[in-house]
Amino acid sequence: MKALNDKDVEMISKKAQDIRASIIEMLLEAGSGHTAGPLGMADIFAAMYFHVLKHNPKEPEWPERDRLILSNGHICPVQYATMAHAVYFPLDELKTLRKLHTRLQGHPHREYLPGIEVSSGPLGSGFSQAVGMALAERIDNGRTSQKYVYALISDGESDCGIVWEAAMLAGKNRLQNLIGIMDRNGIQIDGFTWDVMPLEPLRDKFESFNWHVIEVDGHNIEQFVAAAGEAQSVNDKPSMIIAHTIPGKGVPEFERDYHWHGKPPSKEEGEHALKHIRTLGGKITSECD
Amino acid sequence: MFDEDVEQVPLRNGFGEGLLEAADEDERVVGLCADLTDSTRMKSFADKYPNRFIQTGVAEQNLASVASGMAAMGKVPFITSYAMFSPGRNWEQIRTTICYNDRPVKIIGSHAGVSVGPDGGTHQAIEDIAITRVIPRMVVIAPCDTHQAKKATIAAAKTDTPVYIRLAREKTPVMTTKDTPFEIGKAEVFWRGERPQVTIISCGALTYNALIAAKELSGEGISVTVINIHTIKPLDEETILELVKQTGAIVSVEEHQKKGGLGSAVAELLIQKHPVPMEMVGVDDRFGQSGKPEELIEEYGLGISHIKDAVKKALERKIH
Repeated sequence: MKALNDKDVEMISKKAQDIRASIIEMLLEAGSGHTAGPLGMADIFAAMYFHVLKHNPKEPEWPERDRLILSNGHICPVQYATMAHAVYFPLDELKTLRKLHTRLQGHPHREYLPGIEVSSGPLGSGFSQAVGMALAERIDNGRTSQKYVYALISDGESDCGIVWEAAMLAGKNRLQNLIGIMDRNGIQIDGFTWDVMPLEPLRDKFESFNWHVIEVDGHNIEQFVAAAGEAQSVNDKPSMIIAHTIPGKGVPEFERDYHWHGKPPSKEEGEHALKHIRTLGGKITSECD
Repeated sequence: MFDEDVEQVPLRNGFGEGLLEAADEDERVVGLCADLTDSTRMKSFADKYPNRFIQTGVAEQNLASVASGMAAMGKVPFITSYAMFSPGRNWEQIRTTICYNDRPVKIIGSHAGVSVGPDGGTHQAIEDIAITRVIPRMVVIAPCDTHQAKKATIAAAKTDTPVYIRLAREKTPVMTTKDTPFEIGKAEVFWRGERPQVTIISCGALTYNALIAAKELSGEGISVTVINIHTIKPLDEETILELVKQTGAIVSVEEHQKKGGLGSAVAELLIQKHPVPMEMVGVDDRFGQSGKPEELIEEYGLGISHIKDAVKKALERKIH
């Protein structure tokens, strides 16, 4: 991974704002879907696709690519939007989200859209599939493999037993090529994670399962990319980046409110949100700036 | 074959031998097990290929999804546990991460049927055919003896689809040979009576009971055909229809719930293409329990006399 300079950070931040605008547009058009998670993960997705990940949008099946597994499949609007901005497919296609015969299924399906590694949605098992990929890569290319498997999971998802079954197996096999990224946004469908099912101490839990744990501000590009670099350099265990994020990030009305977990904005709310995102919260007055 | 000292070998042994042969032939074959390596006969593979063996511990959901991830990287994974736990406990992971994802994972469920015996109802999978055959893309195989289990394993390794192979714990009669043909999706006639009056269709080790029933019935002047159908999905519709058209009545035999198993699959076909009187030998909406295998076979209505009674009933319905 190349070093990150100020220009890169600016470019990634700009991409993240574009991705957020696309997410709102998609949800408005679809009339259903998840709002908070996708907005909250826009910075990390931008950093992954525009800096961290080894990939080739022109050749999604390129064998040497890193694997990015979205285990909490319901936040797929952020992945679709990011992929479109990375030119996997035309931006226009984003409008087909959740419609009949679309390649952009409500929860991602790998057979519909090249570049999606696993069909996911039922929580926890994408993480487990990522462990399987890292194990297979270990069998083929040993401990020095530079092909990384990035498993994006969420905090609410970690209520699932399979997450810990997978975490145990990865720790036991010291899968240095596996890098988990947890969206620690504190919300799930029924409420705040600490009310629904307390998860802390998450750091201690993963460390006790033989994982290297790094905590970052999930909206700080430099911190996140540095954490990814640190995770790549750990050579005797898997890494978990716990990314503290703000659900609904970028639109003050949506931020930190768990009611936005699983519903789309209305037309009015969406247009207001778009204006806010495009003017960077009023910091710029013209969309042409 | 009908001698009292007929050779008896557990189905799971055939799987163990088949896995070794498949692994020797294809280095993409990997094995994963949830803490039942010896019991599911994966041990010889694990000993010979330690680098291709993954011990997941008692974690069947993870077992299925890790295998899917390995398949995504080009491996041909075999996963083993007891059928009650895989495909039982981990059904959704099999459905979504293996079948919906179209990954060629081979699911090996041992200890199916009430003949598991003393362990009791918790460990006797009699719903596994039903829950696997409803999943799109899944191939479902219930071998009748150790040779068929071995051939099914080798054949499964060569397919690019998910496959479920149902195995059993106990020693059961060997009724085929190393040379008996085997092709996934192809039913075989094991007994062909002269001018047969009823067709018996059977999967698994109970096929032996079906053959003894056929022999005894022929002494009573009733002629039958016995089809051994190892592949429950895809169903060999052509062979079934051809033989049912000859007899006009059918009896299904399986160590599984009547609801949703082989009998249901055959009934779904016949009711649409060629309805005839049909009787089912299977477990009638009950759970298993502890006991000796042979006692349980009788208790649950799966014995030779039950098959003969079902044939007579089907015959009577055909006549009247």
